[in-house]
Amino acid sequence: MSEVEETMRRIQSHPGVVGVIIVNAEGIPIRTTLDNSATTQYAALIQQLSSKARSAVRDIDPQNDLCFLRIRTLKHEIMVAPDKEYLLIVVQNPSET
Amino acid sequence: MEIVHVYTRARKEFGRQPKLSDNSAELCVDVAPNPAEKDYTVKRNPCDTGMYTGPDLSEHECNTETFETESRGMNHIEGGWPKDINPQEAEQVIRYRKKVEKDEGYITTVAHLGEMMEHCIKQNNAIDIYQRYFEESPITPSDDPPAAKTVNIFKDPSSTKRAVSSISWYPNEGHKIAVAYSVVEFQRWPKDMPFESYIWNVENPNKPELSLKPISPLVTLEYNPKDPHTLIGGCYNGQLLLFDTRKGSQFVDSTPIEKSHRDPIFSSLFLQSKTGTDCFTTSPDGYVYWWDIRKLGEPTEFMNIDPNKNGNLVGGTVLEYESTMPTKFMIGTEFGQIYSCNRKAKDPSDKIAVTFPGHHGPVSALTRNPFYPKFFLSVGDWTARVWCEDIKESSIMWTPYNTCPLSDCVWSPTRPGVFLTSRMDGYLDMWDLLFKQDDPTLSFNGGQEHFLGNPYILATVDIKY
Repeated sequence: MSEVEETMRRIQSHPGVVGVIIVNAEGIPIRTTLDNSATTQYAALIQQLSSKARSAVRDIDPQNDLCFLRIRTLKHEIMVAPDKEYLLIVVQNPSET
Repeated sequence: MEIVHVYTRARKEFGRQPKLSDNSAELCVDVAPNPAEKDYTVKRNPCDTGMYTGPDLSEHECNTETFETESRGMNHIEGGWPKDINPQEAEQVIRYRKKVEKDEGYITTVAHLGEMMEHCIKQNNAIDIYQRYFEESPITPSDDPPAAKTVNIFKDPSSTKRAVSSISWYPNEGHKIAVAYSVVEFQRWPKDMPFESYIWNVENPNKPELSLKPISPLVTLEYNPKDPHTLIGGCYNGQLLLFDTRKGSQFVDSTPIEKSHRDPIFSSLFLQSKTGTDCFTTSPDGYVYWWDIRKLGEPTEFMNIDPNKNGNLVGGTVLEYESTMPTKFMIGTEFGQIYSCNRKAKDPSDKIAVTFPGHHGPVSALTRNPFYPKFFLSVGDWTARVWCEDIKESSIMWTPYNTCPLSDCVWSPTRPGVFLTSRMDGYLDMWDLLFKQDDPTLSFNGGQEHFLGNPYILATVDIKY
């Protein structure tokens, strides 16, 4: 099993995790555990949001950079770990645990 | 069509060609100074000259080429796929993804991000140690049967049996009680009966903290709520005494016997006032006196309890006063009626405003509900009755006739529908009107031998939570 596969499985095994998506810098979903339409939607919207968030952080202080993005919603928490090339998106339902 | 114009001129008409070369300086003209000219001039002193010191500015205008800008948005629904890949075709998409997944950077990035992500997921799943469980569920009433426990028994140190006729808690703190001991039955004093009353510390039942030495046994004893060092005691002979615990057992002041009540003072209460020195007393002689404890020489005001205005006075047994209604007070009488009075009435005999039929015998206790002062509780004969100020004909609620006369009552300071009554046979009954109306929720026989062994008991209840 590849390292990526292993990471995905480990994250997915945590209680309350609804889905895991890996997106590249262009907003193309590479790996997903959600269905196709949800994946596309998450990928496109979150990619834009995270690049907007990153530009906001860097506008405030050019030396700074975005490390992590947590979006707490009524139903879920959407967690985004951004990198230069890829985004890791996890949707979790904390109240389910 | 090409326009051509030919213009011709001979070379000789141009003039000669200039020839330039370096040569040394030479003098062309020399004008010598003429001293005679000096006589025609005069030196100007001082000399005014105008000059301009502001910076030189100039204005220029020029036009540049306009740069047109425009806002545009783009919505990537499908992500930015490379040009040669059509996202609709599954095969191309899979191939592209496979290519990316083989990328070395991809694998390390995902491993790194996964670690970060896991931390957050665990954080979300961590147990909230401050969480409150079962917040929604209603408070279930406890199934334990009501119970009471004797904490301490305070025994009269004197060998003669006397009744406790009044108890007063130390204001606000409640670590001390002032207890008045007396025998109120007419001409039934045992031989060599001591006159002392005591102040007890609630923690120490063995020895009283202070003994108060009046001239005649105290029937009532009240702490001053504004100054807890001073107490007033109503005597059996009708005098009102002032005690100061800082000055020892002897009383510091007393009312003159000719201006005092002619019967035992059955009730004395402090009034709400700025100085905290006003009090009033009543007695079966049919008068209510107001006093200022700073000068007990004579009453500041008096009232005769004469409800029919024919000179037949009715003996007062108990007073009631609520600080939120400073001009109103109530009197319970020997004949069982309860009078609601207004202190501000012009004539002393007009002070009685409302008469409640009351009890079959002397009213022994009267107290307003601390939550709803419109309602009050009275105790007399064998019942406790709850009254509403608006209903003068009858009480709105009463307890069934007990086999034994009741002596005192008090409302719970924490729950509006709860009150306690004490019985002559030594039982303490707790009533919860919301729970049960025909029976006390709890009957408690305080200190058995203490209560039962005393034939002259006038138990007084006063509670503090």
